[in-house]
Amino acid sequence: MKKFLMGNEAIAYGAVSAGVNLVCGYPGTPSTEILETAAAINDGSYYVEWSVNEKAALEVAAGASYAGARTLITMKQVGLNVASDPLMSLAYVGVKGGMVVVVADDPGPISSQTEQDTRHFARFSKLPVFDPSSPEEAYEMVKDAFKLSEEYGTPVLLRPTTRVCHGCASMDVGDERERHQPEGFVKDSKWVIFPRLSYQNHLKIEERNPVLGEKLSTYRFNTLTGTGRRGIATGGISYAYLREALGGANPRVLKIATPHPFPEKLALEFLHSVDEVMVIEELDPVIERELIYLCGKHHLPVKVYGKISGDVQRAGENSVESVRAVLSEYLGLPKPPAPPALPELPVRPPVLCAGCPHRASFYAVKQAMRGQKAVYAGDIGCYTLGNAMPLDMVDTCLCMGADVTIAQGLNRVEPDAKHFAFIGDSTFFASGLTGVVNAVYNNSDITLVVLDNSTTAMTGQQPHPGTGRTMMGENRPKISIPDVLRALGVGHVEVLSPFDHKAAVEAVRRAADIKGVSAVVFEAPCIAVSKPAPLFVVQEETCIGCRKCIRELGCPAIVMHGKKAFIEPSLCYGCALCAQICPKTAIIREGGEG
Amino acid sequence: MYSVILAGVGGQGVVLASRLIAQAAMNNGHAARTAETIGMAQRGGCVVSHVRVGEEIHSPLVPKGGADLILGFEPAEAVRALPYLKPDGVVITSTKAIRPVTASLTGSDYDGTEAIAYLKKAAPRLYTIDGDAIFREAGSSKVLNVALLGAAAALGLVGLTLEDLEKAIRERVAPRFVQMNLAALSAGARAVLN
Repeated sequence: MKKFLMGNEAIAYGAVSAGVNLVCGYPGTPSTEILETAAAINDGSYYVEWSVNEKAALEVAAGASYAGARTLITMKQVGLNVASDPLMSLAYVGVKGGMVVVVADDPGPISSQTEQDTRHFARFSKLPVFDPSSPEEAYEMVKDAFKLSEEYGTPVLLRPTTRVCHGCASMDVGDERERHQPEGFVKDSKWVIFPRLSYQNHLKIEERNPVLGEKLSTYRFNTLTGTGRRGIATGGISYAYLREALGGANPRVLKIATPHPFPEKLALEFLHSVDEVMVIEELDPVIERELIYLCGKHHLPVKVYGKISGDVQRAGENSVESVRAVLSEYLGLPKPPAPPALPELPVRPPVLCAGCPHRASFYAVKQAMRGQKAVYAGDIGCYTLGNAMPLDMVDTCLCMGADVTIAQGLNRVEPDAKHFAFIGDSTFFASGLTGVVNAVYNNSDITLVVLDNSTTAMTGQQPHPGTGRTMMGENRPKISIPDVLRALGVGHVEVLSPFDHKAAVEAVRRAADIKGVSAVVFEAPCIAVSKPAPLFVVQEETCIGCRKCIRELGCPAIVMHGKKAFIEPSLCYGCALCAQICPKTAIIREGGEG
Repeated sequence: MYSVILAGVGGQGVVLASRLIAQAAMNNGHAARTAETIGMAQRGGCVVSHVRVGEEIHSPLVPKGGADLILGFEPAEAVRALPYLKPDGVVITSTKAIRPVTASLTGSDYDGTEAIAYLKKAAPRLYTIDGDAIFREAGSSKVLNVALLGAAAALGLVGLTLEDLEKAIRERVAPRFVQMNLAALSAGARAVLN
């Protein structure tokens, strides 16, 4: 049946068609929609969960695979760093039921901290990896990956990139569906990793991978096409850009769909047929290094160009234009036309939404600490946007959960300053808990500010342990963040809405004055999961045009109309923050008295 | 084969509009590809969707100079997308400016008029839509996306008719919003035909 599917949806459909029994993961752009789709099309024949983080997800899946289940795990590239501990060992132990770990890479990066390349991780962990060049290929490759995984008893990686994940295509999705009944766990010493077993399995893996590389040389998506002595090697979405940029030209092209184990036999056939190679790939020069290695190993006089030689951009996304620019030099194809010069345009970085509770929370802390030496450690989520002017309330951001621990380190060096750690509710459960324990036990002097908006907002409202919902449609008792903090030994915990501005400022002051670990939990739902309150309007006759509301809050709904502030009704969410700071109380609820 | 760039601001429904074009094209038996902006940029940042319809398409991204049509959801965003336009391509844009927070903070008086003036020079085949008028007719500010599609179909541009789009709306939009979207579709069509 023809369907118009996003790459991520296609991956879910592929896994379901392959008879997946368990799907788990942690949200992260650009991977999130895979698991959401798996949950949406679940006929009840398999289990889906958003796990608390990627490490938990991979371990849950490992257990299920030991018992013979087919499992799919989804995450973004930095999520694999979190899951790398179980993955590295699992590569040695192996699996019984097929296991496909989908790790979405983000060239650009568009929504990520790093431009790390999961193809390296495949090599590092010695695991096979598939690299789709389109949503259609991603659909087929998931199914192939499950087969390979069961055949060799190993986890297999699937590494789509943003343009495959978030690209949509019309494609044929079959209705046929494998039914796979897990056998159940069979006790065996092979499931217990010990140095002796690791040594033996290491040898087996080193024997397996060259054999697998040879087999993958004939894999249908590893291809060698075209003619001519000037070759091009590519893989992933860059292949699509290349095809487009080539137009009618048909040079010798090696397409690598399995960067590890590298299909050496096919690559050698390619290298024997050309004098020069231009390698076009995103992120790291993985294919380029493999080809250079093969040239050295086989004494081939082939020149290899790419990122290492400086002929292809070393960071950021490729595009049809960037590939055309490379090819115009290399193959003498027409140069892409120069784009027109544009007039100066207003910059439009992403901002916290109008009505976002994070704005109120950041503003309350900022007001409470006015005139004091304070440092604000931030974290991953919508609230990273609190770094923008005018809030300017994120001084550090590193990785999930690092706010709590970085604040502790900062405070060890400058104990006279106030140190705040901002953490969202989903991040708190994902990786904040250990940091809190560390702070309490080691007697750190920090104030934790939990921004609890009742959802995982940045990635599109996924449930987490504080929301009371699961991906199987169950209602579960919520895990209370204030209770968790108290149980971990945080002595001072206050819980309130950040939209009560005066009370919020006072709560922050009280918490900051506590020696040791203190916490303020700001509870107010994300606007995406709540209904707007009656809107606010500016009374023109009262507004003195001081711009305080604009200057201090940076709310996208407030603009100047001439000399007066104006609230755009289509954006206002009725949060009331601006009304509370207006020095003339010129901002009132529509049809009301403020 | 044709390619469309949809350029707007997070929250304007750019992604849905691109899906509607692709769905309608698919209903007519064509292959389609899109690339969308999802994630952090959606929080009030620039959002661009690429839509490509036709059999021999590989890249989901429209090459610069390769778009037959730009749908501008906001004047400055339409200008920002201009490098994608073919020399004889068409631009349909809303004239209503969305002032970024950065502009408000710096006291910039950006209101979209300069951007529209630039488009008139740089894109000879320009059609403008008064976003405010659409809101008044359709009763919501959330349906500018569909009004722009209505304008494109009325001009015979995307290989789609208003009926094709109406069908796609009924398939892809939640039932309680269908009437509002259909009103926007015809309001958009009227806006460029008058």
